Amino acid sequence: MSPPRNPHERSTRRDLERYAGLFSARTRVMTSSATRDLMAMSDRPEVISFAGGLPDTSTFPSETFAAMTARIADESCAKALQYGPTDGLIETKRCIADVMAAEDMLVDTDDVLVTTGGQQVLDLVTKTLIDPGDTIVAEGPSYPGALNAFQAYQANVVQVDMDSDGMRVDLLEETLDQLDRDGKRPKFIYTVPSFQNPGGVTLSLPRRKRLVEVARERELLVLEDNPYGLLRYEGDPAPTLYSLDGGVYVMYLGTFSKIFSPGLRLGWVVAPPPVLARINLGKQQADLCTSTLSQILVQAYFERHDWREYIDTLSELYRARRDTMLDALAEHFPAQAEWTRPGGGLFIWATLPDFIDTSDLLARALRENVAFVPGEGAFLDGRGRSSMRLNFSGANEERIREGIRRIGEVVKEQVALYGTLTGEAPQPDAPRRPADAGSESEATADESEGGRVVELPRRADRQRRARGS
Amino acid sequence: MSKVAVLAGGSSFERQVSLRSGARVEDALERLGHDVVAIDAGNDLIRRLRDERPDVAFVAMHGRDGEDGTVQELLEILAIPYTGSGVPACVRAMDKVLTKHGLIEAGIPTPEFFAFNQTAFRELGAADALPAIEERLAFPIVVKPSSQGSALGIKFARTAADVPSALVSAFSYDAKVLLERYVKGRDLAVSILHSDDGPTALPIVEAVPTGGEDDFYDFQARYEIGRTEFTCPANLPNGITDRAQDLALRTYELLGCYGFARVDLMLDEAGELFVLEANPIPGLTETSLLPQAAETAGIGFDDLVARILASAFARFDRANA
Repeated sequence: MSPPRNPHERSTRRDLERYAGLFSARTRVMTSSATRDLMAMSDRPEVISFAGGLPDTSTFPSETFAAMTARIADESCAKALQYGPTDGLIETKRCIADVMAAEDMLVDTDDVLVTTGGQQVLDLVTKTLIDPGDTIVAEGPSYPGALNAFQAYQANVVQVDMDSDGMRVDLLEETLDQLDRDGKRPKFIYTVPSFQNPGGVTLSLPRRKRLVEVARERELLVLEDNPYGLLRYEGDPAPTLYSLDGGVYVMYLGTFSKIFSPGLRLGWVVAPPPVLARINLGKQQADLCTSTLSQILVQAYFERHDWREYIDTLSELYRARRDTMLDALAEHFPAQAEWTRPGGGLFIWATLPDFIDTSDLLARALRENVAFVPGEGAFLDGRGRSSMRLNFSGANEERIREGIRRIGEVVKEQVALYGTLTGEAPQPDAPRRPADAGSESEATADESEGGRVVELPRRADRQRRARGS
Repeated sequence: MSKVAVLAGGSSFERQVSLRSGARVEDALERLGHDVVAIDAGNDLIRRLRDERPDVAFVAMHGRDGEDGTVQELLEILAIPYTGSGVPACVRAMDKVLTKHGLIEAGIPTPEFFAFNQTAFRELGAADALPAIEERLAFPIVVKPSSQGSALGIKFARTAADVPSALVSAFSYDAKVLLERYVKGRDLAVSILHSDDGPTALPIVEAVPTGGEDDFYDFQARYEIGRTEFTCPANLPNGITDRAQDLALRTYELLGCYGFARVDLMLDEAGELFVLEANPIPGLTETSLLPQAAETAGIGFDDLVARILASAFARFDRANA
């Protein structure tokens, strides 16, 4: 009898089936969406994927990595292989303070807890604050990974619309009033103010100030998720919510994933001491402590190498890729499509005419070996069906051009088909170079670093229109 | 004991479900004492089958390639006996339009429908016929790709305004789509299993959407695990069970299915039954309907797999007798 080619893989998927009957209903819902099955198809090597959120780790100098690990072996081998304190090593916390100082934040290392990636912060904060049915207010669209973490604790998530200046804080206040009238007090507001995932937009300074005031007035916590703040490709940095608030109502989530390495799984949270103490308890239950080896690697890197220079290298690379993607979108997407122009970060949010469902479009696009994230996963209320998130950091410029060309082709095919079906003549696909990309929107894009954001199609509007005709 | 190649995975959109079906079948086959070779159907499929020289192939693939006759054709060329339906039945069953034309000709009730290729809209102005179709079928109308096996691309159009975008979605999966009259009622699945006395209908599984608010909710819930509960055997009025099983058997034989299959039906509020489609390789996972139906009939999963495997040999022996 010949052994299976990959016994490990085989037993893993067998186990899945063997124990399927024991899974909680909650996890069954998590794994059964048809879109998830589609997304699984984008992992094939022949697919140009804009679906991930991957930084380009191939740019990290391997000789630097070798020097770091050799030094750890020489100087701190035993320590690197040992457990560490739950809240993290003091040396790592000092590196974190440096990173935060780069965005003008002053932090006491006692207020920092080192975590296993930023994702663990989402889990721990939700675990600490949310009982089933409690409300969290988030942006619409939101980072799907955050929505998953919130849902895992059965939170009620309310999403507030955004425009090119980020979350509409006026709508946030209306939402909070409404929740108040309904007798619901949200536990926290979740936001990615800079180069939002997936929206690509940045919260303006006046709105940042107002958001912090709102939190104070209403005594609400804010979770500021800032993975991309240092990956800025143009314009002046806006102060973080944390620096505006001083850490009274704002909890801060940081990560080394996008500025150094996601493979290290190293993030952190800064929170008011009583909250942090609770988070610490949750962290103990989850994994006792964050990988000591990862923490020491960061320390070794920060001590001997210019981490800011590496961020500059990455920023330069991603800026070029962003520009390539924006140019390709202008060239290959039809006139009816719109997209954001991020001043930093990793993502562009594109919105197609509302007769295109991007989950179905993904199925068509996969036949052309190209993938993106359909927008519906960024909402919990059925919105986002005509939008998509495009990552520009993980593919080289040639693949970006080719991938966007392929998506553009299938979108144009669907626009033309829709035109045929409705008798509306499809609009001519005059390629829009950035230079002549509609004077109005171009002006807006120049004025506001976030670029333009299209109105997100509202489900209620769609239904009303459908019923009315 | 035989050497059995379990074919699963592939590159269809139902790859994930197929891997789960395949894994479960592998376990069962090993418990039955067979020598099992797991093959994720890819570029090296033929090479691996030639190298491994299995006595029989258990096809646990769903959707494109596995369920549409492609893999079956390759197995015919290699002269490897395989489970389930042969090439012609797969071709007919995977194509909903072909299936429905056959049903109508055989006098088996199926919801009224119209089907078109993209070229009909592009080159023949078929859009001009949409109002007439919509009037004939009456809203709501179900729009689906002809060949997609899972729920992907199936849309529910409440009004004329929903139809064009529903068609665009369905055309994302297939060059041929159908518009079908929506049958409001109960959702029944009849599984068929080969036995020594010929094909036998198993107890009926009913899918009951939980907490339904309206037709659209019910329609969507059917395709989302966790929003549907399954009852087996379905609690049906006198005579309906027999009639549903009879229609399913007739559908199975009409299409030329073999070994096992699942036929999906709707029971409307007036007590009329309609056949929606037949699945030549229905899911074999823990939560799939055919294993549930077999269980109710007192046929455990291992026994089910053993019977399906035996039917593959029986057909091959007969063909070579």
